[in-house]
Amino acid sequence: MKTVIDSVLSPIGLLWSNWRARLGMVIVGGFILIAILAPWIAPYSPTSQAFGRMLPPSSAHLLGTTQLGQDVLSQLIWGSRTSLLVGAAAGGLVTFIAIVIGLLSGFLQGWIDDALMLLTNVALVIPGFPLMIVLSAYIPVHGVGVIIVVLSVTGWAWGARVLRSQMISLRSRDYVASAEFSGESVLRIVFREILPNMTSLIAASFMGAAMGAILGEAGLEFLGFGNPQVVSWGTMLYWAENSSALISGQWAWIFAPGLALALLGVGIAFINFGVDIISNPKLEA
Amino acid sequence: MRYLIKRLAFLAFTLWLAVTLNFLIPRLMPGNPAQIMVQKLVGEGPVNPQLVRAVGIMLGLPRGTLWHQYVLYMHNLLHGNFGVSYTYFPYPVMSVVAQALPWTLILLGTTTIITFILGTSLGALAASRRGTWFDTTATITANFTATFPFFWTALMALYILGFVLHWFPQSGGYNAAMMPQWSSAFVISAVYHSILPALVIVLTGTGGWLFGMRNNMIHVLGEDYVRLATAKGLPRREIALAYGARNAILPNLTGFAMSLGTLVGGSILVETVFSYPGMGYLLFNAVGNSDYPLMQTIFLFITIGTLVANFIADILYGVLDPRTRRGGVSA
Repeated sequence: MKTVIDSVLSPIGLLWSNWRARLGMVIVGGFILIAILAPWIAPYSPTSQAFGRMLPPSSAHLLGTTQLGQDVLSQLIWGSRTSLLVGAAAGGLVTFIAIVIGLLSGFLQGWIDDALMLLTNVALVIPGFPLMIVLSAYIPVHGVGVIIVVLSVTGWAWGARVLRSQMISLRSRDYVASAEFSGESVLRIVFREILPNMTSLIAASFMGAAMGAILGEAGLEFLGFGNPQVVSWGTMLYWAENSSALISGQWAWIFAPGLALALLGVGIAFINFGVDIISNPKLEA
Repeated sequence: MRYLIKRLAFLAFTLWLAVTLNFLIPRLMPGNPAQIMVQKLVGEGPVNPQLVRAVGIMLGLPRGTLWHQYVLYMHNLLHGNFGVSYTYFPYPVMSVVAQALPWTLILLGTTTIITFILGTSLGALAASRRGTWFDTTATITANFTATFPFFWTALMALYILGFVLHWFPQSGGYNAAMMPQWSSAFVISAVYHSILPALVIVLTGTGGWLFGMRNNMIHVLGEDYVRLATAKGLPRREIALAYGARNAILPNLTGFAMSLGTLVGGSILVETVFSYPGMGYLLFNAVGNSDYPLMQTIFLFITIGTLVANFIADILYGVLDPRTRRGGVSA
């Protein structure tokens, strides 16, 4: 039991010792806390239209109100749930696809590798965001679930390629050969013997994917290709832009969701930076 | 030569795949765009089936078996016939796209080159002065700018530099009172209008190159031949440029595919925010107006552009680094 706890805690402790990663963990942790506590810390319901419309920031509405008279701060707090959900779900799905394709492709040489690599290279060069737009234009239902699926289908190639390279360098190790000789199945060798040695790489690609998904979702919703009725940072920016918030001086309404997105992104990037430095200490600035 | 053939084959395959994907997506997706379009054209209420067919023929909606449609689609594609735009009816899609294409090509072409040069030089500088205030400032700033959402940076630039300070125009690609033409006044107006969108793309896109270059160069600077150069007493500048940067710049090019994808996606958002008359803004409007032929053609053009740009980068890489030619596709 002690070793299990150690194996989870020691990488976190290692990350904590790096100041960038520590800052990143504090930022992301803060957002997670805000998302969990949203019902208690948000001053009003995010969908209540009980207030004056397009109010500038005041003590009652710290960030003002929307064109429908909703409280911007409450929307900002509740919106963190959408971004974190999309980041975790799409990031997880993307990483899962990347692991399966990257590891199998790197371990199995021959035509399966060639075919999977071709698929990966194709997925890598086809521009993801335009594809997301086209796919969401043809899907009649709009919502967070659809966006997660679309993001996962379009985002896995880079991770698969990185994991395949790592796989190729690991598969010639002695312990892999001995596992092969002892008659273990391919799936067991790949996922039980080799996979645990790639934790830092997988963590890095998960965070890269999560960040890409969060920005992608916000971009799609900002363009109005999501469900505009969902409370999220992307739809907040969509409504702010469509209600000419900048011209009417409602700068807080636009400024806040974008800053939240950027801050969450920076937090994830900082954690990733820490992971990089731990696996390659030469990068330390 | 083998490398060139291999890359050409990959280009041909991806082009065919993109074209086929473009054909399949609308046909595999749920919902019937043609029906929606006819409904939109004839208005609300019950629709006479004959009318639906008549409108369908007028717009050139697909009929016949899937294979028949595919052959027809390929035939039309090879002849540059992309159908009629719903929004700009009766103009063919091709003429609408032709008007938007140069704007995006110039904006994206220039910003891609600027972000590469700027990011790579800053990254090299940061790596050669590792641990100094410059390195720390550059990496932390890049950390922030690279994670700013494109459209938000665009909105902020629009608000501060356009709306509050009035330094730059707030929307469009040129002075709306002018007609697009090759006069110096028009070109100046176009350049003036493109500064803000370009600035946003450069600001957001540079960080990726900076990190890639910095990491590669730190790796190279740890090599034995650099240590030898240092031991020989070569000037620091020469080591950084001739030994470090020169060897680190090539691996940095492998990130081109991902970087270009980010820039292409970002430019769609930036063009939309600035109402810039390029492909991104056109795509946004096409989706908003359910103009499916226009939307698909734009997607096809964006994809082909990205594929060709990647092909050129691959070939350049192969010319500059003989090892890739033997190793085939970079592992």
